Amino acid sequence: MADVAVGRDKCGEPRLISLPLSRIRVIMKSSPEVSSINQEALVLTAKATELFVQYLATHSYRHGSGKERKALTYSDLANAAAGSETFQFLADILPKKILASKYLKMLKEEKREDEDDDNDGHDEAES
Amino acid sequence: MAERPEDLNLPNAVITRIIKEALPEGVNISKEARSAISRAASVFVLYATSCANNFAMKGKRKTLNASDVLSAMEEMEFQRFVTPLKEALEAYRREQKGKKEASEQKKKDKDKKTDSEEQDKNRDEDNEEDEERLEEEEQNEEEEVDN
Repeated sequence: MADVAVGRDKCGEPRLISLPLSRIRVIMKSSPEVSSINQEALVLTAKATELFVQYLATHSYRHGSGKERKALTYSDLANAAAGSETFQFLADILPKKILASKYLKMLKEEKREDEDDDNDGHDEAES
Repeated sequence: MAERPEDLNLPNAVITRIIKEALPEGVNISKEARSAISRAASVFVLYATSCANNFAMKGKRKTLNASDVLSAMEEMEFQRFVTPLKEALEAYRREQKGKKEASEQKKKDKDKKTDSEEQDKNRDEDNEEDEERLEEEEQNEEEEVDN
């Protein structure tokens, strides 16, 4: 499990939080129904976000195909979002990517299916 | 105040450092992966805030507090975060206590000094600053009491 402290400051002391609280606050305040935020809640949210970043990175790396290449890639993350219930809420912002050529092929096939359906209907109506 | 798009993002350097420290040494992180994790982190903050706010509203409170955030983590199925968060909270509270005692001591020392010093004008300015700081601390205390 990750240590409570992340990183070290100028004196080499373990830093409690690395993410800037002011920025975290801006993001939190952008949420519509939120009126005010206690300082402790702000600190905990920042800390939780750091834990989340660590967890997302390590989970994606461990389950990803990048492991053989000793790399963490976008698709590792997209796969984690699609494959894990915990990270489901990220599925929309981390969509899986497919080659443009594949996508165009899919579109063509869909179009062909639609046309076939139309033709079938036509035939039935005639007979 | 309008927020520019960058303001809802977290600083790249810090995100990168956190990722690097979490992964085994020598692992490369693509730029795309880094940017994706940063976006995910912002979304996480929004999700956590919204969830915590539900708990605050349930408790008929307008101010989000520490326990709301902890409840949100459980709700979001990040129970694994709860223990390290509680530890961080303790450490933060100890730190704040230390700071407060130090500044109270400073004020005592300062008062002793300014009494034996010159202009009233200087004293007034100093007192204003201290009052502002004390007010902030008192505000924090009030919010804690809401717990």
